[in-house]
Amino acid sequence: MQVKDIIDILEAEIISAADLEAEVRTACGSDMMSDVLAFVKDQSVLLTGLLNPQVVRTAEMMDMRCIVFVRGKEPDENVISLAQAMDITLLKTRFRMFTACGKLYMSGLRGGCENE
Amino acid sequence: MSCIKMKYEVPGDDFTRAGEASSMVKRKLKQLGYNPDAIRRVAIAMYEGEINMVIHAGGGVAEVEVYPDRVEIALIDQGPGIADVEMAMQEGYSTAPDNVRSLGFGAGMGLPNIKKYTDAMRIDTEVGKGTTMYLTVKAK
Repeated sequence: MQVKDIIDILEAEIISAADLEAEVRTACGSDMMSDVLAFVKDQSVLLTGLLNPQVVRTAEMMDMRCIVFVRGKEPDENVISLAQAMDITLLKTRFRMFTACGKLYMSGLRGGCENE
Repeated sequence: MSCIKMKYEVPGDDFTRAGEASSMVKRKLKQLGYNPDAIRRVAIAMYEGEINMVIHAGGGVAEVEVYPDRVEIALIDQGPGIADVEMAMQEGYSTAPDNVRSLGFGAGMGLPNIKKYTDAMRIDTEVGKGTTMYLTVKAK
């Protein structure tokens, strides 16, 4: 799937757009950045309820293409400009974490680890 | 390519800036056309180390040396030191304050993650004096 498909699936709003046609196969949902960093497998999408710049830094270190803020949360200007500098798309969805992850999983996105 | 040296200050008073040094190193390694897997492992290990320096030690210095076959990183701080390194290396053990957890860190995964992504890791630490962490990532 592509980043733009996530927008449809999660009825998401674009906060800041980078490459919306970037291919994404795996995702990770967490508010704990060290847990995100614990799995080096190619993960392209981060779903989180956390709003600080370290979310973008974490995505950057992991070469992720897209961050989805759940529960309608919106980050401040600092976070948005950092994401723009890093070519990472920022989206927000009204769905909560569990539901947002479930919808993406049902649409074929996987966790990136074995047995997922 | 011979050895390329980089040195960065890691400011200790601003959590929002943690990761800038790792970001710059990552960009530099990309420019050099370094092995992508090694780049990501360097970035993650150094980023976790940077976060540790900001949370625990009031910042520090990161020195990075890039060789054709490996990247050597030294993270140097004058913080409180680590009283029990063996405990600190265990997943889930953390001495970070609660406010750090609300920022997405402090779960006791930093040092285990660093160990996981590096080919060599050595910690020189003295309580009350500071900590220096030496990391090596090989370009496989």
